[in-house]
Amino acid sequence: MLTIENLGKVFPGGTAALAGVSMQMAQGEIVSLLGPSGCGKSTLLRIAAGLIAPSSGRVEWTPPLEKGGIGVVFQDPTLMPWANSRRNVETPLRIAGVGARERHARAMEMLTLVGLENFSEAYPRTLSGGMKMRVSIARALVTRPPVLLLDEPFAALDEITRQQLNDDLLEICGKARLSVLFVTHSAAEAVYLSERILMMRARPGAIVNEIRINAPARRAEGFRHSPQFAAYCGQISTALRAAAA
Amino acid sequence: MKAARILSPILVVLMALGLWEALVRLWQVPAFVLPAPSAIWRALLEDYASLLVSAWMTLRISITAFVLAVAGGVSLAVLFSQSRAVEMALFPLAVILQVTPIVAIAPLIVIWAGIDNPNRALLLMAWIAAFFPVLSNMTLGLRAADHGLLDLYRLYGASRWQVLTQIRLPSALPYLLSAMKISGGLSLIGAVVAEFVAGSGASMGLAWRIMESGNRLQIAKMFAALLLLSLLGIAIFFCLSALESLLLRRWHESRLEQGS
Repeated sequence: MLTIENLGKVFPGGTAALAGVSMQMAQGEIVSLLGPSGCGKSTLLRIAAGLIAPSSGRVEWTPPLEKGGIGVVFQDPTLMPWANSRRNVETPLRIAGVGARERHARAMEMLTLVGLENFSEAYPRTLSGGMKMRVSIARALVTRPPVLLLDEPFAALDEITRQQLNDDLLEICGKARLSVLFVTHSAAEAVYLSERILMMRARPGAIVNEIRINAPARRAEGFRHSPQFAAYCGQISTALRAAAA
Repeated sequence: MKAARILSPILVVLMALGLWEALVRLWQVPAFVLPAPSAIWRALLEDYASLLVSAWMTLRISITAFVLAVAGGVSLAVLFSQSRAVEMALFPLAVILQVTPIVAIAPLIVIWAGIDNPNRALLLMAWIAAFFPVLSNMTLGLRAADHGLLDLYRLYGASRWQVLTQIRLPSALPYLLSAMKISGGLSLIGAVVAEFVAGSGASMGLAWRIMESGNRLQIAKMFAALLLLSLLGIAIFFCLSALESLLLRRWHESRLEQGS
C-alpha cells in the first residue's frame, strides 16, 4: 500500500530531519511510528501525506492516492471555530464540491460513528478536548478514505479519554478495514493500537527497530492489564533507551 | 450588576454636570469662558435646526469615508494575501500615507480635490484617516489563519478561492471588526479635522459650527456642537460594537462570557 525507500529530508537551514528511512505498510495494517520528540516522526507522516516534499528518496502509494483518498488527524483538532461540528465534518466534502444534502447526510453518519450525533450543531468551543478530537476523526473519515494518518492525536488528552478513543479507533478501523499510520511518543499506546511498531531515533531521524505485536486485532477485554501487554511495553522501553543512548 | 454598569456612569456624569452648574453660578464665570450646562442646553434648543443639519453633514461624510475605507482596505488586504510581490510593492506606500500627519497634507488635498467640490476633499481626508487600520488589521488577519486548517485544505486539493473564502476570510473577521471600531472613530475625526483645515463656508459641518461660534464668542453653542460630535462618535462606536457581538458571539473566544 505504502512504500518508502531511502527517504531523506533536510530542512532549509541544513537541519537533517530524516535520513535513510525505509518502510512499508500493507493494506489494512496498523503501523505505529514511535520515538522521542524531535525524531522526525511527524515529518515522516507529513511527507507520506504529501504535505511536504522529501529531499531525497521515494514515496509510493499503490494504488496512487486520489484527492480525499487519505484522512489525516493532526495533533490539534484543527477545527474551524466559526462552524459547528457538522459543518466541520463536511469540510472535505465541501472542498470536493459534494452537494449540500449528501454532505449533510454523510457528516451525520460520521458524527454518529464517533458518538457525537447529539452535538452536530455545537460549536467547537463548547466541546471538550476529547469531543473535539472525535469531530476531527469524523472529518478525516468522511471521504471514506482507505488510509488514515494520525499525528499524535491523543497527546493532549487525559488518560481515560485517551484509552476510550484508542478503543473506538480500533473498532472503527477494524470495521472499515483501514490502513493506519499512527505517530505517537507513548509506548503503551503504540502497543495497544498497532500490529507493528517502527521505533525511531533522532538527529537525524531514522528507523532503528521493528517490533511486531502478536495479539488479536480486536484487542481482548483486559489486554491493557495482561502480562503480555506489560512485557511488550517493557521490551519497547528498553529498546527506546538503547536507541537514545 | 448589569444595571449598575449602566447606571453608575450616568450617575457620575449627572453629578459632574451638577457641580459644573453650581460652580459656574457660584463664581459667576463669564459665559464666553465657560457656560453653564443649562446655557448649553438652551443653545442646543435654540439652534437645533442648523446644528442637526451640520451634524448630518459630518455624519454623512464620516460614514461614506468609513464604508470606502473598509471596502478599500479589505480589497487591498485580500490582494496582498494573494501576492507577496504586490504586498511588498504597495504596503510601504500605505504606511507613508498613514504616518504623514493628515493636517500637513490637508492643504494640498483641498487644492487638488476640493476646489470645485469641498466635500470631496473632506471625504478624501476622512478616508485617509480611516483606511490604514482596516488594511493593516485585515492583512494580519488573513495571514493569521490556522496552519493546520491550511494544511488540511491543501491535503484535499482545495483551490485558492476555497482557501480564501472558507479559511482566510472567516479567520480575519475578528481582526476586521476590531479595526472597524478604530476606523469608525477615525473617520469622524478625519472629517472634523478636514473641515477645520478646509475652513470654508462651503461645507458647513459640525466643525464649521464650532469655528463659527468660537469666532463669535458663542461658547454655549460651541459646546452644543461639541456635544453632538461626541454623541455621533459614541453612536458609531456602539453600532460597530453591536455588529461585532452579533457576528462573533457564537464562536469567538472574546465572547466566551456571553453564554455558550
